[in-house]
Amino acid sequence: MKLYCLSGHPTLPCNILKFKSTTIMLDCGLDMTSTLNFLPLPLVQSPRLCNLPGWSLKDGNAFLDKELKECSGHVFVDSVPEFCLPETELIDLSTVDVILISNYHCMMALPYITEHTGFTGTVYATEPTVQIGRLLMEELVNFIERVPKAQSASLWKNKDIQRLLPSPLKDAVEVSTWRRCYTMQEVNSALSKIQLVGYSQKIELFGAVQVTPLSSGYALGSSNWIIQSHYEKVSYVSGSSLLTTHPQPMDQASLKNSDVLVLTGLTQIPTANPDGMVGEFCSNLALTVRNGGNVLVPCYPSGVIYDLLECLYQYIDSAGLSSVPFYFISPVANSSLEFSQIFAEWLCHNKQSKVYLPEPPFPHAELIQTNKLKHYPSIHGDFSNDFRQPCVVFTGHPSLRFGDVVHFMELWGKSSLNTVIFTEPDFSYLEALAPYQPLAMKCIYCPIDTRLNFIQVSKLLKEVQPLHVVCPEQYTQPPPAQSHRMDLMVDCQPPPMAYRRAEVLALPFKRRYEKIEIMPELADSLVPMEIKPGISLATVSAVLHTKDNKHVLQPPPRPAQPTSSKKRKRVSEDVPDCKVLKPLLSGSIPVEQFVQTLEKHGFSDIKVEDTAKGHIVLLQEAETLIQIEEDSTHIICDNDEMLRVRLRDLVLKFLQKF
Amino acid sequence: MPGGPAVPCAGPEATGCEPQGPLLFPVPGRNICSPGRLLRVPPTGAVVAGTLWGGRPPQLGCLERPYCPQWLDSRPAIPGTAPQWPAFPGQQRCGRCPLLPAGRLQPVCGLCCQSAPGACPGFVHASSPVFASADCGLWETMARMLSCLSPTQAGSLALGILKLQHCPQALRSQAFRVLLQPLVCILRATTQAPGPPGLLDETSAGSSMMVDTLLSSKSACVGLLCQTLAHLEELQPLPQRPSPWPQTLLVEAAVIILQLCDGSAVPSSSEGGRLCGALAGCSRVQRAALDFLGTLSQGISSRELMPQVFAVLLETLESPASSPMVLKKAFQATLRWLLDLPSPSSCLDLGPHAPLFLRELFPVLQKRLCSPCWEVRDSALEFLTHLTACWGGEADFREALLASEVPKLTWQLLRDPESYVRASAVTAMGQLSSQGLEAVSESPGHPEVQQGLIGELLHILSMDSEGFPRRAVVRVFTEWLRDSHADVARDTEWFVATVLQMVSQDLDWEVRAQGLELVRVFLVQTLGQPNPHCPYAVTLPKVTPPGPLPEVLRTLCQLQIIDFAFRALFDCDRPVAQKACDLLLFLREKTAPCSGLQEPGNSSDVTSVEATLHRWQAGEQSQPLGNLEPEELLAALRSLDLEGFQGRLAESSDHVEKSPQSLLQDMLATVAVLEENVADCY
Repeated sequence: MKLYCLSGHPTLPCNILKFKSTTIMLDCGLDMTSTLNFLPLPLVQSPRLCNLPGWSLKDGNAFLDKELKECSGHVFVDSVPEFCLPETELIDLSTVDVILISNYHCMMALPYITEHTGFTGTVYATEPTVQIGRLLMEELVNFIERVPKAQSASLWKNKDIQRLLPSPLKDAVEVSTWRRCYTMQEVNSALSKIQLVGYSQKIELFGAVQVTPLSSGYALGSSNWIIQSHYEKVSYVSGSSLLTTHPQPMDQASLKNSDVLVLTGLTQIPTANPDGMVGEFCSNLALTVRNGGNVLVPCYPSGVIYDLLECLYQYIDSAGLSSVPFYFISPVANSSLEFSQIFAEWLCHNKQSKVYLPEPPFPHAELIQTNKLKHYPSIHGDFSNDFRQPCVVFTGHPSLRFGDVVHFMELWGKSSLNTVIFTEPDFSYLEALAPYQPLAMKCIYCPIDTRLNFIQVSKLLKEVQPLHVVCPEQYTQPPPAQSHRMDLMVDCQPPPMAYRRAEVLALPFKRRYEKIEIMPELADSLVPMEIKPGISLATVSAVLHTKDNKHVLQPPPRPAQPTSSKKRKRVSEDVPDCKVLKPLLSGSIPVEQFVQTLEKHGFSDIKVEDTAKGHIVLLQEAETLIQIEEDSTHIICDNDEMLRVRLRDLVLKFLQKF
Repeated sequence: MPGGPAVPCAGPEATGCEPQGPLLFPVPGRNICSPGRLLRVPPTGAVVAGTLWGGRPPQLGCLERPYCPQWLDSRPAIPGTAPQWPAFPGQQRCGRCPLLPAGRLQPVCGLCCQSAPGACPGFVHASSPVFASADCGLWETMARMLSCLSPTQAGSLALGILKLQHCPQALRSQAFRVLLQPLVCILRATTQAPGPPGLLDETSAGSSMMVDTLLSSKSACVGLLCQTLAHLEELQPLPQRPSPWPQTLLVEAAVIILQLCDGSAVPSSSEGGRLCGALAGCSRVQRAALDFLGTLSQGISSRELMPQVFAVLLETLESPASSPMVLKKAFQATLRWLLDLPSPSSCLDLGPHAPLFLRELFPVLQKRLCSPCWEVRDSALEFLTHLTACWGGEADFREALLASEVPKLTWQLLRDPESYVRASAVTAMGQLSSQGLEAVSESPGHPEVQQGLIGELLHILSMDSEGFPRRAVVRVFTEWLRDSHADVARDTEWFVATVLQMVSQDLDWEVRAQGLELVRVFLVQTLGQPNPHCPYAVTLPKVTPPGPLPEVLRTLCQLQIIDFAFRALFDCDRPVAQKACDLLLFLREKTAPCSGLQEPGNSSDVTSVEATLHRWQAGEQSQPLGNLEPEELLAALRSLDLEGFQGRLAESSDHVEKSPQSLLQDMLATVAVLEENVADCY
């Protein structure tokens, strides 16, 4: 059993598990932090961005000035943003049989895998994962395609040139493999390969293994996966949460008794308490709006935004913000808000029960009804007419490199009354803000990450007790910025096995058993004999039939009957010859009684010697040795076959035959 | 050890031999005071009773029963004689030690009552002759116990020892070292210099066990630290606390613990790292450390530590991870440190610390005033109120406050959905306004601001559905009247009349009672202080009424003050009636020497007043009193038996049940029932 690690990002995993005869890809996350190296794509032409100076080498060589621009001491690539794909060279991705998706954030690289690697398998995911994943991809494609950029920079990717660039461009990994965003056509094609599954549904993969999605409590439809055969169980825990937010709670019990637990997608901000961060978010939002400023919240169109809107629903009246408009701007804003209301079966119990009242499970429906929350596909069109300040705007993309957020950053960045509040933990807010510097607006970092923290992981591992834990190497050591925090790492016994990008791990357990079925007619013919109380044995003569990774013992063919027909003879030739079976022996030989028996049969001068493994009975007169051990008996005599047969028969008297 | 630590109460068995080492384990038949292992009561306990309280000093080896009076039999120890317990007249008995007065049990027995069952060190109270005896072997036993018990158990014992009045200095030093050990370990693990040399040099002796305990598990670490901090907090204000008191070390330790809790400490040792892991985000330790740090504000020994203290307090107040309770404690600790400065004006002498701190504090306070958690908003407002009351006159404070959004946010919180927050906002705005810090002019857009704070508060008084904000408003108005607030002084009579009009209709008795207080203040300002009843009291110069008394009385009647007071006299809530009665007595007293008024010519007017009052008394308060003339008022005051009212109101609510008449009625009723029963039999 092997694990191929294709992604180095702990929360955007992409691993391949080879288990029995199957090749299973676990998630295909897309690392979008690469886009932070690019200039933002403004919806409305920005003179500031257009007039940024080109970057030149120290010696004044300016051959890269078309590709690289300098802004407040940072260098950015002036090109269409590109993404860092999972490793494609480590294993032939066309051999992947299935892809298991755990949540909508971890499927963003799917089109790259299914459309460009010869992949012919099936993708399994829950319905909300697919629908919201589609929205995320649609938004991404829309954000990038609606700002067409003629220029595509590639000179800087040359290894010799990259060495000369300032950080972080210099340190960017595998830039040659970075790819532009996929198209909507590729998205649709990729999504068409997905087969929908429900929680606890058992899916057979070629008869070899069974995979089952379990609720992971992190997002709508998010799953952990159990991959098991009859005697082995691998759990894949990715992006799980034990907090009470909107999704169904995490199913922990089913993870018990795993041989291997692959642990990914823990919180990216282990020191931040999500509740505290939500409080911080609300306080800063209210403070800004009360001072007449606007609040910008760069966010994804689904996920934490639902919880934030719910918090604000409860908070705005108490904070006297009822008259402040909330805008949610995204090409998929409407779909996201509406989809969230229809996935009742995937929601937590409280929200499920609301559906039966009937009430919308999320209160943002009421915010929309009362016109407190308005949503628009983009800043163009109706939004321009309705726009009122001070206001709160939720929009993407959290990287601040594309999407409507770029416009608001340009619009509001110059006033210290305004505030940008970062709630998504995927991007470093300082790096995200770099191309907008100098910036007058206030910046608040309130990352809200509800995924498991290390204390919860510790409890979880104690609860489910896997034999081995496998996790990204980042989780096996404290964060670099807090190297003394030994509590911020996975602590379990035996210590977890760490993986990193482009590494292959041999998982530390061997398969020892395989389940074989016995056909009923064969089972009927068996005659068990009780060897010990409670233990019966029976000899089986059968043909082992293996098909689709299932093994069946079938009755042996009857001995061939002589027939005149050639045709029949030919058929009988196909079946294996059945030799006459010798009886199987069992039991042990009591030495004293055996010696007495020998004496009765006329042997004399018998000596018995104890050895480490048993006894040696020495017939001195006959110059013969009988070596009796636990699992074998040898008669050593000098070319006296008669004597050997006599002795053999005496030995056999003490053994059972069947 | 079941039930907690077992501590020897006395020496070894009654064999007369020397102690055989520390007695830590309760062996049946030995004199160990431990729950669940009650001592075998010997047939004669005479030695104990005699030696404890009157006889010779106890010889450790001779005692057969423990000193702990909890376990003593209340029977006479010697058949036929009573034990010679000392008399403690007028003192209450300890709940768990029935034989000793509670007051005298402290500190040691008090300790055993407070600590977990079984933590009883088994000693009698501190001033017992046992402890005064110099040649008593108990001290040695205690010293051994201090060194042998687990850190958690030893901490409780150490606190008990330190509270004793007479105790060998060496033992006290040892006990103090034991108590300080966890903090010293924390400081060592985080590479802080562990205070001045001397006392603490020896603390490292048992530190390995302490470190083991601290690092063994998160719960052990948290438990030990919380206990230590609580013990030191208890010890800090006591006169018998050890001297020299290592204030610097304690402040440093509290600061580092808070830093470990919020994850900002960067320890270099591996132990420090593990401590950091154990304490990170632990709000229980944070709360204990903040309480302790607050206590340490008194007796500041070194001002160099103030930046550290303010920094860690700010960090806690700022941190999004701080729970509402931690924030409350942080506000309290901050307040104590700010208010316990040698004098408010000396904040300027603190160099840059206080002004700098204030500049950083107000943005945090602003944020907390916008918190979605009402408890946090409430704590922040309370903090603001206290701080303003103390520092409102300081230029630095005023400047920092007015430069912030705090006054505006406080104003907005007057409309908070949570009644407690509204009440706190009312108090805070009252305080800000008293100090001229309400910053009304900065937000002219709000209609309520144009109306003025007084209008907003009157709106709350008349419209708020909850009692807390209304009570707060009347309290603020009373303070304003007392302090001659500018808005009140502009037209005091209108102010009082308006407030009373609202208060008189309020359903909350506390609001009405507070309204009477406001009237009392007004009357005192109008008629002068009440005459001292004590003949030896200093007589204050009399306040001259602003005009002739009849005019004053007429004004009082016009302002409906009299109407309000008379109605309150018959209020269904006794405290209101009591207050009204006191008020009318005061009024009568002040008007008694008035010679300028005649008895009312027409006695029918007085009769009608009296009739109205009688109706009010009977519960029919719909009829107004009408505009009384001063003469009528005086007559009514004289005709009312106010002293009788006062006496009746002073009676407790169950006086009827306790009275002989009630008893008689009960008996008669019982007899009547019996008679009925007899009748039934026929």
